[in-house]
Amino acid sequence: MSVLVYTENWDGKFKKLSFELVSYATGVAKMLNTSVTAVSIGKVDENELIRLGSYGAHKIININNDQLTAFDSQAYTSVLSEISQIENSTVIIFSNNNAGKAIAPRLSVRLKAGVGSGVSRLPLNLNPFTVYKRTYSGNAFAHLVIRSDVKILTLAQNSFDLIETANNATIENLNVSVDGSLLKTVVKDVQKQTGKIVLTDADIVVSGGRGMKSPDNWPSLVELATLLGAATACSRPVSDEGWRPNEEHTGQTGKIISPNLYIAVGISGATQHLAGISSSKYIVAINTDKDAPIFEAAQYGIIGDAMKVLPKLVEAVKEIKK
Amino acid sequence: MKILVCISNVPDTTTKIKFAEGNTSIDSTGIQWVINPWDELSLTRALELKDDATSGIKSVTVVHVGTATSEPTIRKALAIGADDAIRVNAESSDAWFVAAQIAEVVKKEQFDIIMCGIESSDYNGSVVGGMISEFLGIPSVSAVSGIKIENGQLIMTREIDGGKEIVTAPVPFVAIVQKGIAKEPRIAAMRGIMMARSKPVKLVDPLAVEPLTQIVVFEKPSPRAACKYIDADNPAQLIDLLQNEAKII
Repeated sequence: MSVLVYTENWDGKFKKLSFELVSYATGVAKMLNTSVTAVSIGKVDENELIRLGSYGAHKIININNDQLTAFDSQAYTSVLSEISQIENSTVIIFSNNNAGKAIAPRLSVRLKAGVGSGVSRLPLNLNPFTVYKRTYSGNAFAHLVIRSDVKILTLAQNSFDLIETANNATIENLNVSVDGSLLKTVVKDVQKQTGKIVLTDADIVVSGGRGMKSPDNWPSLVELATLLGAATACSRPVSDEGWRPNEEHTGQTGKIISPNLYIAVGISGATQHLAGISSSKYIVAINTDKDAPIFEAAQYGIIGDAMKVLPKLVEAVKEIKK
Repeated sequence: MKILVCISNVPDTTTKIKFAEGNTSIDSTGIQWVINPWDELSLTRALELKDDATSGIKSVTVVHVGTATSEPTIRKALAIGADDAIRVNAESSDAWFVAAQIAEVVKKEQFDIIMCGIESSDYNGSVVGGMISEFLGIPSVSAVSGIKIENGQLIMTREIDGGKEIVTAPVPFVAIVQKGIAKEPRIAAMRGIMMARSKPVKLVDPLAVEPLTQIVVFEKPSPRAACKYIDADNPAQLIDLLQNEAKII
């Protein structure tokens, strides 16, 4: 028996979410009295691989195969299905991000395994196996019972703390053969975001709404984000107006994020916006309207004009970074 | 080519969610039911493709797994412009059940492009599209934020975590779509609403499929502590609180 966890890397380094996933998997494995096997696909060297061990992985399966360079959900599913059977995995864990959402449902059908998606806590119960998951776009949570023998979980990003565990993990380099007929998706071009913090991975996010009044007013928001090592985001009207790119839109129909800190500048906090950000650990609201619903979601608030407050915040952050 | 758009029937996204029967089901009093927002965008894009005579798209069908209570939502999809609809007549018990039903519909009716929204705004599962593709053994392209047809070839933009990719896949395949796929949902015009009344809705009996998951109880998120206000003339205090009280910067 084992708990299997699918990790993700970027330019040869594990993403933070991989350590979060392994920490979570270790928690599940403890409940089940079993061990964690982590899978890494892609070019990652041994020093980096072994880091998964410090979060509780017992075994690290390393796959480096040219056929898997382009992401094809069918091919990845077939590899993971094979490994899960070799490892006799009863719980398989992914991130609830684009990759996880692409593989988990396919693997579910392969293994006839029920999926609990967007879980944010360790299982509530083992018998019956019950998980805690987000529903109604963050307006509610559900206790979901999974009845199949094998269970697949996707973990909401940034919902579980990293837990270091001293452990001697073993690395196993696995050669897999991929059935070429499965590789049907052809990637013609990749446009990687460079030099920018990926919004869904960011610990801190500074986000602007209509209260910013004009796209010309963004430099001070961007400066604050840069100083804090934060990603930038925006509300739906702002991306609809074309003031900021689509991929910055956070909210129900845009990106759903849960950073440690979300600073909402000139955002009133419509239900649809809150649906995308309500699981942030801390929310700061800056708005001229004292009745704006964003203040109900926020722990810290400033009632005031963003244009006047932002420059002062920038100065204050510069002061503490000295 | 034929497009199938999968639609889910969900509470309007501004609804204040309340539960009934010991928090085991949603209290539907006063709820306005709508097409799941991503499915509505996906239907819009499918219709835009069909409008372009060079695309080779001949028809757009919508499919829904649900009881007669979701008829108004299906009619709305027809009013927006879908040619016809299929309703699998069953309570949609879980994602596995729904995906199995839709896969069966595709097997019988043969579609080239199956479009699903990335998630439904009620259960936030994000799994039905992927499951359909695996039931059928066909490719799936997830997180699709753009789809176009050039010289008979389907070209999609796929969002990856930290960028985007331009990908193609041979038909039949499942496109799991998200924000960006269409600019704004198409709105039904009066003529569309009139025409929708006479468009065919095919009723299909469900396959016997045992669900794998079940929601046993809902709970509301725990209320947040009251907001602590900081003087607008002294934002430095906010930075101090974030650093020394919340300890997050």
